[in-house]
Amino acid sequence: MTQILVALRGVGKSFKNGTLALSGLDLDVKAGEFLTLLGPSGCGKSTILRLIAGLEKPTAGYIERPCPELISEVGFVFQEPTLMPWASVFDNVYLPLRLKKESRAKAKSRVEASLSLVGLSAFTKAYPRELSGGMRMRVSIARALVLKPALLLLDEPFAALDEITRFRLNDDLIRLKQELGTTVVFVTHSVYESVYLSTRIAVMAPRPGRIVKEITIPTDLPRNEAFRMSPAYGALCVEASKSLQAAMTQGAYGEEAR
Amino acid sequence: MISKSLTRYGPPVIVSLVALGAWEAIVRLADIPPYQLPAPSLIAVTLYVDRATLFASLLVTLKITFGALAIAVFGGALLAVLFARWTWVERSFLPFAVILQVTPIIAIAPLLLVWLDAGTAVLVCAFRVAFFPILANTGVGLASTNHNLVDLFRLHHASPWQELIFLRIPAALPYFMAGLRIGGGLALIGAIAAELAAGAAGQSAGLAFRIVEAGYRVNIPRMFAALALISLTGLTIFAVLSALSTLLLKRWHESAIDRET
Repeated sequence: MTQILVALRGVGKSFKNGTLALSGLDLDVKAGEFLTLLGPSGCGKSTILRLIAGLEKPTAGYIERPCPELISEVGFVFQEPTLMPWASVFDNVYLPLRLKKESRAKAKSRVEASLSLVGLSAFTKAYPRELSGGMRMRVSIARALVLKPALLLLDEPFAALDEITRFRLNDDLIRLKQELGTTVVFVTHSVYESVYLSTRIAVMAPRPGRIVKEITIPTDLPRNEAFRMSPAYGALCVEASKSLQAAMTQGAYGEEAR
Repeated sequence: MISKSLTRYGPPVIVSLVALGAWEAIVRLADIPPYQLPAPSLIAVTLYVDRATLFASLLVTLKITFGALAIAVFGGALLAVLFARWTWVERSFLPFAVILQVTPIIAIAPLLLVWLDAGTAVLVCAFRVAFFPILANTGVGLASTNHNLVDLFRLHHASPWQELIFLRIPAALPYFMAGLRIGGGLALIGAIAAELAAGAAGQSAGLAFRIVEAGYRVNIPRMFAALALISLTGLTIFAVLSALSTLLLKRWHESAIDRET
């Protein structure tokens, strides 16, 4: 049986202002998978990611980490690149190592390796503001990968980018996942992106946030331009789209999703 | 490069020269006596003739200004860090900081003069006015750190100390610099105002005393010469602090970036 990294059991989350963000959520994150949380804005996708990361605690249910040593390092990529504007690209990627009190000299090769993974070896000395949006996001990914985390969490990382850049970063992400064997949990509201990337999609409905359907995508399909054009891809997109439509119309209190 | 600095520094220099020229012309044409309004040329001459007295006093005022500014920078930044780190410290001590800020120097100077010797009292007054903008601005800077970056630091188990050094202090730097620029000018104003209130004479006489003294003697040109020194000092402080701000922030902060337009 596949190793479970994080298990959410009956998890609920309500915020101080009374908003019920999540309710009765059961979800397993399995080692080696590419799990996508697909849903409309405000359905609690990001909250799930923050719960998995341990940045927030559930207000109901519990979260299990059967093998905490496996996920002692977690990479997190935010919706914005979230770089430190006063630090060079090198220093931004060096940050997780620096916080572990690793010297700059000792960290150098790992930082450079991480930057070359995302194709930014030539930009170590640049400052974030000197880079394009896509490059900044790649720095952010390099920073998340520098500790070689077993679990990588991405919160709508490409939502603000143009389609060409997004396609390229999608391919980068698939390649990185294969090279590093990282488990990925990815949040998006794009059906096409979710089908292209994932081995499993959890479709979510809002108010309160919950998972209404899971779609498994055969892992043997190569993810490339041919896949994007294939009938199988199209069929999966239709299936995911329909689930998403259904999820949005069956919103708990008949409200329209924001 | 030359044309760039010309377009940058040309207009203010020209405007200043024209203003001085107009002043000179008006004084000469209208035959205004020096005890009413001295011409710029006479002020310049007075600056030269009275240089021993005036520059000794300038030195006194500068010492107070920079001493007060240094303590204000240290105290303001340190207190802002403590406030940001522990909210109960902020809740407990902010009222004191505000009271310090809102009580006019003139009102508090007599009390300080009872407690302290004149030099120290003046220093404390100047510190008091420079302190608050540095505290308040640094506080805003420390508090407006990107929340996602704070989360990232927590995710990587950063200690509060690491969070402060690597995240909050750099993020607060532009705000601190803005506070420092305000504080620099206020330290000078505070020093002058406190000197007036203290009425220190003799060896420890600053520029404010020279102005009062010149007023008693109806030596209006010297009064203007002392005022000119104060203005020039203020301009220099502002220019130096602005240059420092640009130097520290030019690679990354919007306020200091030279846009290619």
